[in-house]
Amino acid sequence: MKNFAYARAENVAAAIQSITLNSNAKFLAGGTNLVDLMRENIEQPDQLVDVTALPLSQVEELPGGGVRIGALVKNSHLAANQIIRERYPVLSEAILNGASGQIRNMATTSGNLMQRTRCYYFYDGAARCNKREPGAGCDALEGFNRYHAILGASEHCIATHPSDMCVALAALDATVQVTGRDGERSIPLVDFHRLPEDTPQIDTNLRADELITSVDLPALPAAKNSMYRKVRDRASYAFAIISVAGVLEVEDDTIKNVRLALGGVAHKPWRAFAAEKLLMGAQVNEETFKAAAAAELEPARGYKYNSFKIELAQRAIVTVLKTLTKKEDSK
Amino acid sequence: MGTREAKTVSINLKINGANHNLQIEPRVSLLDALREYIGLTGTKKGCDQGACGACTVLVDGERINSCLAFAVQYQGREITTIEGVANDDQLHALQAAFIESDGFQCGYCTPGQICSAIAMVAEFKQGMPSAVSGGALDWEFTDAEIKERMSGNLCRCGAYVGIVEAIRDTFGKEAAR
Repeated sequence: MKNFAYARAENVAAAIQSITLNSNAKFLAGGTNLVDLMRENIEQPDQLVDVTALPLSQVEELPGGGVRIGALVKNSHLAANQIIRERYPVLSEAILNGASGQIRNMATTSGNLMQRTRCYYFYDGAARCNKREPGAGCDALEGFNRYHAILGASEHCIATHPSDMCVALAALDATVQVTGRDGERSIPLVDFHRLPEDTPQIDTNLRADELITSVDLPALPAAKNSMYRKVRDRASYAFAIISVAGVLEVEDDTIKNVRLALGGVAHKPWRAFAAEKLLMGAQVNEETFKAAAAAELEPARGYKYNSFKIELAQRAIVTVLKTLTKKEDSK
Repeated sequence: MGTREAKTVSINLKINGANHNLQIEPRVSLLDALREYIGLTGTKKGCDQGACGACTVLVDGERINSCLAFAVQYQGREITTIEGVANDDQLHALQAAFIESDGFQCGYCTPGQICSAIAMVAEFKQGMPSAVSGGALDWEFTDAEIKERMSGNLCRCGAYVGIVEAIRDTFGKEAAR
């Protein structure tokens, strides 16, 4: 790893100033992804600005029933938080399905958003990768692409976003609060991460001078009935082949409110808007669920080793909806 | 470009109750600080990428992967390594159980397993849910829970059965709800 200058930010303004003064500086929080990327020489900042002293470690209720999750709240603490477990269980479950106990204790909310793909061609300096080196090519297209995207990809990049937490946040309509040189702004989580298109080297819409201060959840009573289902090659401690975050509210056998998001399928957490549109106000039954899942996966494109994901994702959506229906019934 | 001088910083780490002053480059991991600079070689480097858990140490009682930690970030924290788990000459109950239950073969993952398990039980008692508990409001200290909560510690010798038994025998009673 290249050596770097280390500085600790005393307040948000100082953090922003540091990052603005040096374009090769990066923020450091838990380090669980950045340290690895630096050791692999994929990231080579000459300065790290440690933001862990900033007062952004609270989970607090917002007027109106929503919740503000500080950027520095540890993943494990967030998963264990009583308000989250009662009102947004899908978020707690998603976090607990990711990484390991040790990593969840180090990782922060903002770091989880900012983590980069684990595509092996991205990691392998000897492989061609448009994300690491625009224009170099993409070895995943013709390579071993079991863990790669089936939705929203481009010929330049078929990598997936690895986070579980973000899939739940996408389903919950979270917004990312950021502060930068030009002040504060709010970015919907579903617009925070980008699709590769012809700029796979850019992961997010966060500007170079911006710091994430919190992730806000709107009030969503329906989220009390929510869950996360992760399908992976191992029983634990593995990234998703596909995953589903679901929220469901049923009244008189009719879907009153529904949210669905998919993980392991795209360069960003994939909000299933097409499926939701068909489900809203529809009758609760397997046919409806299957039709909605099929509609969402209709534009999917598989590669040599991951075409099975297209069917798998649909079945997982149906299973989640059926399970959430049973939970509603048993109330 | 000429050579850049490697800039070092002066830090103080508190390990197993003792203070250590170090002059190190910021890029030195907590793992390397422990092993190479302080001489506490009980904590092991298995993968150096946060995938195996052999480097697990406790920070204020919480388990972390020291390979992913920069030493400079951990000043002012109470760090516990495998060397600090026993009570002078008396082994920690879990250490004795590892011997009793044949919880290791080569022993390389063992310091990480023991530190991780001690913190895992503390998490369990504090009410930390797991992927196995799902959305339940209460759960038992089952083997399924132990395995899920210990999934961040790999053992290539395959001593898992003995590891789980040692953890169950040592902490089963105090973790019972």
